[in-house]
Amino acid sequence: MGGPEVERLIGLLARLPGLGPRSARRAALKMLQQPEARMLPLARALADAARAVRPCRQCGNLDSRDPCGVCADPQRDRGSICVVEGVGDLWALERAAVHRGLYHVLGGTLSALGGTGPEDLNTAPLLARVEQGEVTEVILALGATVDGATTAHWLTERLRKLDSQARITRVGQGVPIGGALDVLDDGTLAAALRGRRAF
Amino acid sequence: MEWEAPAIVLAARAHSEGDALVTVLTEGHGKHNGLARGGASRTQASTWQPGNLVQARWVARLAEQLGSMTAELVHPGAALAMDEALSLAILSSACAVADGALPEREPHPRVFAGLVQLIAGLAREADALTDLVRWEAVLLAELGYGLDLTACAVSGATAGLAWVSPKTGRAVSDAAAGEWRPRLLRLPGFLAGGNTADFEDWRDGLKLTGHFLARDAFGHQHRPLPAARHMLYDRVLTLASPD
Repeated sequence: MGGPEVERLIGLLARLPGLGPRSARRAALKMLQQPEARMLPLARALADAARAVRPCRQCGNLDSRDPCGVCADPQRDRGSICVVEGVGDLWALERAAVHRGLYHVLGGTLSALGGTGPEDLNTAPLLARVEQGEVTEVILALGATVDGATTAHWLTERLRKLDSQARITRVGQGVPIGGALDVLDDGTLAAALRGRRAF
Repeated sequence: MEWEAPAIVLAARAHSEGDALVTVLTEGHGKHNGLARGGASRTQASTWQPGNLVQARWVARLAEQLGSMTAELVHPGAALAMDEALSLAILSSACAVADGALPEREPHPRVFAGLVQLIAGLAREADALTDLVRWEAVLLAELGYGLDLTACAVSGATAGLAWVSPKTGRAVSDAAAGEWRPRLLRLPGFLAGGNTADFEDWRDGLKLTGHFLARDAFGHQHRPLPAARHMLYDRVLTLASPD
């Protein structure tokens, strides 16, 4: 069907998140029907991104500049660092525009099953930045999973050993906006009640 | 083929985009794997956290198939342990050890009951460490590597037991230990009938069961002790000797 080039294209597209073989075939067909309008610009954009985009040496964000756009922005609050698991989490927080400080991308969480140990996480630049003394708050925005919580405890211990006055906080856990209590699982309810605050 | 039973989630590994390969421990079916469709999704991921007690249902066309697993949360053990570093370390270690050491589909009711008791008592961190060491000793016994802590291997005495032979797993009294003392493993009092324990006792207990888990339960599978077990030992070691 269409020769080895088309099969290879479909095979590569099908490996992307959100795409299966059927949707990969549809995407490939759409591009092949309009190569000038869709395929070649996409190919150029892919090649440009692959050539230019690199992890930021300060925070681990993906950007064509190093330091990245967030780290280089003079308007950012340099005293606050939000620690996230992956670049996707950083992008989510940026979309919401709720954090005006800097970020640090760990590149994963400690995981006994996944074989991810402390040496696999991008922690050294974070510890170095906090130790320099300019940072006043480290916000741990890691997932509410066993691995995320294990990583948060481990990182907190490392940060507390530093000669720094930085406050260590973590994002709240509990009732989602628009959520009703009666449909929440017991664990979320327990976390929400534990994390209650004066109103 | 089908069964439904109370179960403890031991592990959940992401599979494809939204599914998860899950491992649970049940009383009657032992350690059991299954495919949880949507198990890594936003709605189900909280159910499949290691340490949760669930009502699990497994269905497959043939007994030897992986089968699919669904579950309803009964007790959120993982969420309740997340705030306390030691509780979380105990829970992660127990789940990782059970996942790695137990054979598939072989019932071990004592191991299941001990793990349920451990999870239920996690809020009492100190007692939980005692429960964990005792549970690991039960696990070793269930796998055929039980420790013999009833009498001294040298003199036959039943009092003053303070050491364990790292070769045989048999207790040795302090009086009979003699020049072998540096080569023996310390037997914490709570494993020899005592009721109280401190961080040094828990450190010794974890070192004792850890030695036999590493040599026998995991060593015979040519696998190392899980990283979570090492992290727990390191944490207790720090608490036992803060300086």
